[in-house]
Amino acid sequence: MVVSAAPAEVEVPRSADNPVSDKPWVTIVWNDPVNLMSYVTYVFQHVFGYPKKKATKLMLDVHHKGKAVVAAGAREAMEHNVEILHGYGLWATVKQDK
Amino acid sequence: MEPFRSVRGGGARAWLAAAEASLLRSLVSQVMSLVEPDDLEDQGQDPGQEQGHDEDAELAALEAMVQGPGADKPPDDPVLARLLPDGYRDDPEAAGEFRRYTEPALRSAKHQAAQEMMDTLPEAGGRIQLTQDQALSWLKALNDVRLALGVRLGVTEEFEEQWGRLKPDDPQWSAFEVYAWLGAVQESLVQAMH
Repeated sequence: MVVSAAPAEVEVPRSADNPVSDKPWVTIVWNDPVNLMSYVTYVFQHVFGYPKKKATKLMLDVHHKGKAVVAAGAREAMEHNVEILHGYGLWATVKQDK
Repeated sequence: MEPFRSVRGGGARAWLAAAEASLLRSLVSQVMSLVEPDDLEDQGQDPGQEQGHDEDAELAALEAMVQGPGADKPPDDPVLARLLPDGYRDDPEAAGEFRRYTEPALRSAKHQAAQEMMDTLPEAGGRIQLTQDQALSWLKALNDVRLALGVRLGVTEEFEEQWGRLKPDDPQWSAFEVYAWLGAVQESLVQAMH
């Protein structure tokens, strides 16, 4: 691993194109009257490798609150999640966390 | 039907009556034709040129590559719009961009899961034995069929009440019965996979 000497001050340019670049992106799953609760839990376990307890809690959040953030990170990774979740028929979207 | 049970070493097994198998096959094939890319739908195969399954998939992939990115608007049909949903809410531009680059692959992934279900579902029914991967394809394909039927029937969280309000001679009554049965089949498969 390489450690580079960082300059004392780093100015991050904040242009109009890039006003909120430090905010993380999230994957949101929305409630849906068709998908089975057991299936949604299974998908969270299978896709994200979450333990059953965490997957169940997220599923219940989706069910009771209408949506849940199921992952956070780089935009590309969140878009990839959404693609996979759409493959399972879950109703998922990408959003920049505000 | 005998519901799905887990099999030692992974996978699941069940038993289906012939009528149940043919009902499932008919529903899955309807979803397959829905998710097929629009431009490929009307292309009849030359009967003299029987293509193998893999060659079909390769041709479709090649075709998708040649045709370039897909549409950037959600499909008009509400069923298709649910099967191929937007990737962004409240941001039509990002949603359009996302759809252009992901919808063709999503369509073909759904088509492939449905095809794998068809390949492991004998027309005459009987014993169904699935590997872990095949069971996963069944879960996805069954879910797509339930989504399609659920949207057509306008199913809500109060599904049981909606069904209960119908008279048995209502044309929708048997569709609700099929929808409930599909839920039970999928539930048994999820439990078998856990």
